[in-house]
Amino acid sequence: MQQSLEVRSVAPNRLLRALKLVRSAPPTAKFGMVVVAIYAFVALFAPLLAPYGEVEVVSRVPFEPWSASHLLGTDQLGRDFLSRLIFGARNSISIALLTTAISFVIGCLLGVLAALVGGIVDQAISRLVDALMSVPDLIFTLMILSIFGSSVTNLILIIAVLTSTRFYRIARAAALNVASLDFVEHAKVRGESLLWIAVNEVFPNILPLILSELGMRFCFIFLNIAALSFLGVGIQPPTAEWGSMVRDNAALINMGDITPLIPAAAIAFLAIAVNFVVDWLLNRASGLSEEG
Amino acid sequence: MKGQTVTATPTVPVIDIVDLKIEAKSNDQWSKIVNGVSLSIRPGEVLGLVGESGAGKSTLGLAALGYLRPGAKVTGGEVRLSGHNILAVPEEERRKFRGTKVAYVAQSAQAAFNPVHRLMDQIVMVAVDRGGMTRGTAEKRALDLFRALQLPDPQNFGRRYPHQVSGGQLQRAMVAMAMICNPTLIIFDEPTTALDVTTQVEVLISIRKVIEDYGVAAIYITHDLAVVAQVAHRVAVLRYGEVVEEAPIAQIMERPVHPYTKSLWAVHEMPVDHDAQHGGKGAPLLAIAGLGAHYGDFQVLTSIDLEVGRGETVALVGESGSGKSTLGRVIVGLKELSSGQVIYDGKPLQGTIRRRSLQTLKQIQIIYQSADTALNPRQTVRKIIGRPLTLYQGLRGARREARVQELLNLVELNETHIDRTPGQLSGGQKQRIAIARALAADPRLIVCDEITSALDKVVQAEVLRMLMKLQARLGVSYLFITHDIEVVRAIADRVAVMQNGRIVEQGGKDQVLAQPHADYTRKLLDSVPDMAVGWLDGIVAERAA
Amino acid sequence: MTTKSHPILSMAASRIGLGLLSLVIVSLIIFSAVSFLPGSYASAILGQNATQAAISAMEIKLGLNRPWFVRYLAWLGAAATGDMGLSFSGRPVMALIGPRLKNTLVLASITAAIAVPLSITLGIVCARYRGRFIDKFLSTSTLASISIPEFFVAYVVMMVLAVKLQLFPSMAGIRNGMGLGEQLYRMVLPILTLLLVILAHMVRNTRAAILSVMASPYVEMARLKGEPEKRVVIRQALPNAIGPIASVVALNLAYLISGVVVIEVVFVYPGVGQAMIDAVRNRDVPVIQACALIFAAAYIGFNLIADIISIVSNPRLLHPR
Repeated sequence: MQQSLEVRSVAPNRLLRALKLVRSAPPTAKFGMVVVAIYAFVALFAPLLAPYGEVEVVSRVPFEPWSASHLLGTDQLGRDFLSRLIFGARNSISIALLTTAISFVIGCLLGVLAALVGGIVDQAISRLVDALMSVPDLIFTLMILSIFGSSVTNLILIIAVLTSTRFYRIARAAALNVASLDFVEHAKVRGESLLWIAVNEVFPNILPLILSELGMRFCFIFLNIAALSFLGVGIQPPTAEWGSMVRDNAALINMGDITPLIPAAAIAFLAIAVNFVVDWLLNRASGLSEEG
Repeated sequence: MKGQTVTATPTVPVIDIVDLKIEAKSNDQWSKIVNGVSLSIRPGEVLGLVGESGAGKSTLGLAALGYLRPGAKVTGGEVRLSGHNILAVPEEERRKFRGTKVAYVAQSAQAAFNPVHRLMDQIVMVAVDRGGMTRGTAEKRALDLFRALQLPDPQNFGRRYPHQVSGGQLQRAMVAMAMICNPTLIIFDEPTTALDVTTQVEVLISIRKVIEDYGVAAIYITHDLAVVAQVAHRVAVLRYGEVVEEAPIAQIMERPVHPYTKSLWAVHEMPVDHDAQHGGKGAPLLAIAGLGAHYGDFQVLTSIDLEVGRGETVALVGESGSGKSTLGRVIVGLKELSSGQVIYDGKPLQGTIRRRSLQTLKQIQIIYQSADTALNPRQTVRKIIGRPLTLYQGLRGARREARVQELLNLVELNETHIDRTPGQLSGGQKQRIAIARALAADPRLIVCDEITSALDKVVQAEVLRMLMKLQARLGVSYLFITHDIEVVRAIADRVAVMQNGRIVEQGGKDQVLAQPHADYTRKLLDSVPDMAVGWLDGIVAERAA
Repeated sequence: MTTKSHPILSMAASRIGLGLLSLVIVSLIIFSAVSFLPGSYASAILGQNATQAAISAMEIKLGLNRPWFVRYLAWLGAAATGDMGLSFSGRPVMALIGPRLKNTLVLASITAAIAVPLSITLGIVCARYRGRFIDKFLSTSTLASISIPEFFVAYVVMMVLAVKLQLFPSMAGIRNGMGLGEQLYRMVLPILTLLLVILAHMVRNTRAAILSVMASPYVEMARLKGEPEKRVVIRQALPNAIGPIASVVALNLAYLISGVVVIEVVFVYPGVGQAMIDAVRNRDVPVIQACALIFAAAYIGFNLIADIISIVSNPRLLHPR
């Protein structure tokens, strides 16, 4: 039996509530929010923060050690490592964000559509999605990239399409849940169009769920692109990208130099931060809050 | 059992709850669920705990086992079991007497039995693990209990899996599971609420029989005063986590003191209008002839004939699975019929929503049982009621706003509710909003699907009264789908009784309720507990005769 | 006995059917990949300097003049017998990846054999001690480690154990002539890295699967009957969680597969993953097709097994009314 209070107090304004929410977050989530903010700042103001240009060759010596003029030394072509790290933030994050946005739109639109229309449309899309999901993402991506070549556009499109299957699944399941509720049925009895129902009745109710999925998927996309670039088939030189920076400077690791690990750590740090925030929001949503 | 009073010798109470306070966390806020309750039960005594949803009955029942649901905490008081405060000892200690000294019977046996284990394994487990019995003696005792509980084929019953037996049998199996260690106290938490009335009687008889045979003390939790009157010696009425009245059952039934206790009779005591026949003026508004409907190969409705007159209330009565809701869905166009026809206002009605005009859809509205799922939690009252106004009448802006306010007044709410979302309204208010949304269409027929069964008694009576007033004023017809005979008595003009997808009897309310001629109707009416002590004794005696 | 077939058989049959359907769709996609390739298949094999006549002769030899579905069926039939055609380098595909397939299988099986039981145990421990220190510690650390790129884990492991402590070789180049002990010794670092990568995913998902079962009313009922928490988990929750756990494990083998690819590259391990990456760089499509088909078939197979396990562990299907 449910024991919630019958009448809840009228909500105070949203900003105050959001502030209160943030303050009630566990330390991991607070840490996550701070880290995300820092990354966003670095990505936005990369040209102002970086001491040198993204592809500027500043030294004739490759793999120059850390020094006052080049805080993290130089890379295999004599470019300033720190500057490439900073520009890498901008490139890696923006490409991952764009990919996430595209997959979100495709997946959610098709998912809600399939749930509401049902029948053969649902069957057809769902079977295709099953098939796409029955191959591990990385393998599929490698295959497509080998045929069409690894340009940034191809990379974004293929990963967006593959990730949209996850959004499709979750949006369809959530929309099916909502669509079985009486208020959606009532809208049908009232004579509303399918589009009106999708926009007004279904979408606002599945939004919280798919938003947390958004955070999680961003992390996976971000990690995927980094992995592909690391394998040398993702984002191509001379664009500064964290995954390929690790690959290009990997030789240093055998000499005990940790510099090539810094971009990898940067990737991990952001993904951890985002996941901490998402995890907290998910726990809140499902009422599985750790304390209590 | 009702007649004799329990011996008044000063024995140690089985359980003594003293000034118990429990709080629970919801939406990051602690709220009081149980607020200073004191109760005490003597050996062999049955205490009825009556209250409506959210009154804290279940929390209190679980506290008697020293158990708290996640997110709840005790903020004061004691629970003394045979003199020892069990709240003071660690969980590991409390666990030891659960199932052996105090046992629990849950509302839904279907959910409370583990689907992967056989019934017998689950029933004897506590006895073998901690009750000091061998498997053999435990099974023998279980068999005795199966017989006492009148379970069919007791020898083989234990070999089955939970999904292989019916709901009523499973509920009795859970009583056997609770009794297996011969506990001194059993907590029954709404053990018959999930059952149909005809099954409820059987389970009630069984429960009472084992309580008497084995002389166990019990707390019987329910929202239904008529049920508790059949099994309890004493009743405590719980509201907002406090006991508002506690007395022997006969006294509560005859002379309730507290206004809240009295309100439990609200629907029962609604004035019954025997004379006024609302319908029958001119041709019927809705005429159903020879209607049939299928789910796949399964025929859910068979040759249904039913008429609803203008300004009339027709009650459609039946147990779950009788097809009454399906009939409602066919009428509003959610389910296609496979034979027969539906004539609305002299013209045949198109099968499904998509083939009906907006004008037709507007005239037939539906209201659901649960306003929680019938109202979009993300919309304000303004949008919920305003949308049909825009859709059907093209109202916008100030004119729409004015009409929304009129409708709110019509359902006895006011403009302060207009900016709220359903989450900020009480159950009764939500149902009123759902009614206002139906009225916004300016309908001529409203299909009401169990619309009061999720509400508290007082609120039920208020909503029913309001519906009658609206009918008198607007001349709208109701098709009232319900399982609750009390509600039928209060508002119906005519009654149709459904069983297995057929209408087994229909006619004027007084005729059907007073002189039923179909066997099923008689059985159904007989199964509804009377608001009186001794009703069940009468049934048992009648059967014995 | 009833004439109707047992529900388990019909359910299992329909799952196998769906699995085969997926495999057909996937193989169609993989097969048709070639037709998107700029230039013709034959000229890709023969190189840019081939004459037109040589290309035509090659096309006939390869059967490229036949309709596509005939070629598809022939390709599929050959693939089923282990013949994946010629790579663009002119050698048979299977000769290229066959020995490597064995290496990858060894690497993946050892990892899975350790990871699956370990992660199920840890998942159960988390669920049992929910909210306690061990659960919070494992939940947070696994959440962190699923966010770390595989190559970062690999390099940190390499840096610490190979470069600094010099316990293991940093390159896992195993050869046929090596003794078994030597081969295993060289595989320690890749296996350790893979374990770290997939354990986190598996532990999290197992924990979630058990916790969702732990929220059922029959689990609360068991507590109300006074069952000790350990027994509640083992006797009440676990039998009901077999199906969910099986599918969780199968799904997580996807991380194993992509992990294998990255880790083989980092440790220069001679497996299929590395062959695939080389093929992608050289755009050697037949090799990629073969690798993709192998990985996809394995993954679909594992999911099928998981589906069947959850069907068989469902008492409603096992003991029909």
